[in-house]
Amino acid sequence: MTVMSRSQTHYFVPDPSRWPVVGAVALFCLGLGAAFAVNGMPAGRWGLLAGALILLYMLLGWFGDVIRESLRGNYQGKEDLSFRWGMGWFIFSEVMFFAAFFGALFWVRVVSLPTLGSADYKLLYPDFDAAWPLATGPGITDVYSAMEALGLPAINTLVLLTSGATVTLAHWGMLSGDRFQLKWGLLATVCLGVLFLTLQVHEYRHAISELNLTLASGAYGMTFYLLTGFHGLHVLLGTIILAVVWLRVMRGHFDERHHFAFEAASWYWHFVDVVWLLLFVFVYWL
Amino acid sequence: MAMTDIAQAGHGHHGKPQGLARWLFATNHKDIGSLYLWFSFCMFLSGGVLALCIRAELFRPGLQFFQPELFNQFTTLHGLIMVFGAIMPAFTGMANWMLPLMIGAPDMAFARMNNWSFWLLPPAAALLMLSFIVPGGAAAAGWTLYAPLSTQMGMGMDMTIFAIHIMGLSSIMGSINIIVTILNLRAPGMSLMKMPMFAWASLITAFLIIAVMPVLAGVVTMVLTDRHFGTHFFNAAGGGDPILYQHIFWFFGHPEVYIMALPAFGIVSQVIPAFARKPLFGYASMVYATSSIGVLSFMVWAHHMFVTGMPAAAQLFFMYATMLIAVPTGVKVFNWIATMWEGSMSFETPMLFAVGFILLFTIGGLSGVTLSVAAVDVQLHGSYYVVAHFHYVLVAGALFSLFAAIYYWFPKMTGRLYSERLGKLHFWWSLLWFNVTFFPMHFLGLAGMPRRIPDYALQFTEFNQIASVGAFMFGLGQLIFLFNMLRSLRHGAPAPQLPWDGANTLEWRIPTPAPYHSFVEAPQLEVKENGVVVRLSGGRHEE
Ligand SMILES: [Cu+2]
Repeated sequence: MTVMSRSQTHYFVPDPSRWPVVGAVALFCLGLGAAFAVNGMPAGRWGLLAGALILLYMLLGWFGDVIRESLRGNYQGKEDLSFRWGMGWFIFSEVMFFAAFFGALFWVRVVSLPTLGSADYKLLYPDFDAAWPLATGPGITDVYSAMEALGLPAINTLVLLTSGATVTLAHWGMLSGDRFQLKWGLLATVCLGVLFLTLQVHEYRHAISELNLTLASGAYGMTFYLLTGFHGLHVLLGTIILAVVWLRVMRGHFDERHHFAFEAASWYWHFVDVVWLLLFVFVYWL
Repeated sequence: MAMTDIAQAGHGHHGKPQGLARWLFATNHKDIGSLYLWFSFCMFLSGGVLALCIRAELFRPGLQFFQPELFNQFTTLHGLIMVFGAIMPAFTGMANWMLPLMIGAPDMAFARMNNWSFWLLPPAAALLMLSFIVPGGAAAAGWTLYAPLSTQMGMGMDMTIFAIHIMGLSSIMGSINIIVTILNLRAPGMSLMKMPMFAWASLITAFLIIAVMPVLAGVVTMVLTDRHFGTHFFNAAGGGDPILYQHIFWFFGHPEVYIMALPAFGIVSQVIPAFARKPLFGYASMVYATSSIGVLSFMVWAHHMFVTGMPAAAQLFFMYATMLIAVPTGVKVFNWIATMWEGSMSFETPMLFAVGFILLFTIGGLSGVTLSVAAVDVQLHGSYYVVAHFHYVLVAGALFSLFAAIYYWFPKMTGRLYSERLGKLHFWWSLLWFNVTFFPMHFLGLAGMPRRIPDYALQFTEFNQIASVGAFMFGLGQLIFLFNMLRSLRHGAPAPQLPWDGANTLEWRIPTPAPYHSFVEAPQLEVKENGVVVRLSGGRHEE
């Protein structure tokens, strides 16, 4: 592929496209709708709904165009390399997004809780106990308990690690032209993704109804839900991407050399996997 | 359904699309670059009007025109609009227009996504502007949106948060495009250590944007959940900490300063050699200086927080790390001066703005070094000295470099010459009134006038009046620029192929105005440092 990209003098530039403007309208509706919705205005829901539908329409159309261009053979070595760089930097931006939330978690545990529990603050918060998970504080009104690391979260760790292995099996299948291994490896990965999400829904239900753990449960609740929640959204997105790639595999797309969409999906999946391992250690375990 | 027809026509040869569709559905880097530049100029005028409202209110002590709440909305939106609406998009627009021409690329690497990056900006700007008319008005916490101010205000703050999300998405996609274009689409022969400094500056800026915009998105998301979903990120009652906001924000905020400065360095590094008719002095050291500024910018954020409080060791670390940035920045200034040294210089408008940039940016840099001294900063923090400092960096720095860029590349972009007389008037007018506006602010700050207030003590009156007069005159002067651009677009004399005899980078070796599809086939190049073309062969263009 590198040999090809070096000798390639022409680069594919797509024709004018309406999808970007459609996407901009979608995000405007989503942004305005969300601003109204969080302030309890009924118009907000309609804005969100309209935005989501327009965004879905845009994604279907845009990716449809990309797939058609790919099948037409517009993407050669150089375009392929662009996609690889692009996906890599996109994942880097996601890493930095999660870094902000991990930073908040570390700050709370290493700086703000010990400070609030120190002798200096005894006058302000006489009963404050700087334990983790944090149970006391004037803003924490309800009693709650923390999520156990060795129940569902441990099972979910196994699920996600296994899915990392199955997606690699599928990749080997792709590289060696073994479509059977590719199909079933990919399908297994998608199923494991769905299983993970189902278990996480179950875990959240358990947390809310039995542990009384909510977003308002102080420093523990907020970091728990935002970190695992954003991770869950990424698993959802990754599962959808893998499912689309699986459908494309079933339709006979891709070959040994030409399968960037598959690799992008698997990179994304491994990224989600690594974030989960960090979550398991720092959110559930320690 | 015209789109389907075009799509079916295939991609072999496509002419210039016409009418509104050309701009709405654009995939051409020149069209998208123009959209960026016009949009950012509109935002520059909007933010400028807010600035003039601020200066009108501050012309006299006491309350004249606006209540303090509205005044705070003006300062906040002025900052947000200028940073995210004017300066960043203007640099992205310049990069869009010029990078492919300078490195011999057919277009940006992801032409369709490029269009989305642009078209996300108007909705975000609309959210910001509309927030003035919702109950509670626009965000009024300062552009830094510090918690707990930002966790309390009305729904204007929510609109601001979502606008930041959308603008973040836009600039991340724009940056991915810039990075991939530079890394993957350089023409054969245009090696990394030979390519123009503007490409290097854009590359490192894009990296900074991808690294810190998601962090900003994360922290405003925490503000959002604190506001509406009961979390306590910035509230000690639940174990959170308002100082955490400042740390995360400035982890974004300081690199953001270089996001607005590095492209300016890149532009000046192209303009100075062209008008000094000498190669850029110390090209490699410029590359290393730019890279080290990029790296250092992640390690200095808490110099914005000396007054917030932190351990003495941390204060010392952030103080010395900040001072360290003066070293690579100084390398650049010395290199620019050495480039001009014994050059056969001429002072057309781009060169005037570039030289003005060096002079005034250095003043802003030096006032920055004084602010980096923790002990001094305790006195100056939150004062007009800081306002003076960052306007020297952002107006005389970023904005002047953008003017230099526009004048320098105007013939290449439009095929016409701008009016040199009006350009020079614009420069001298801006230079004079800029200093009248912002130099007295140093004295105001040293004398103790706090920033972000609509009213002040009587002894500050004279300097405030001088600054207000200067601001209105400076604003007026920008209409000279607008007039010059609009008139020259239609009536300017046709530009020769090479309007600047000292310009020797790739974009000046192709026809003027640049063909709609430049480098449909990649050219073969032999290049010297800073993108100076020695030999060019091949490289087909299409209209
Ligand atoms: Cu800083």
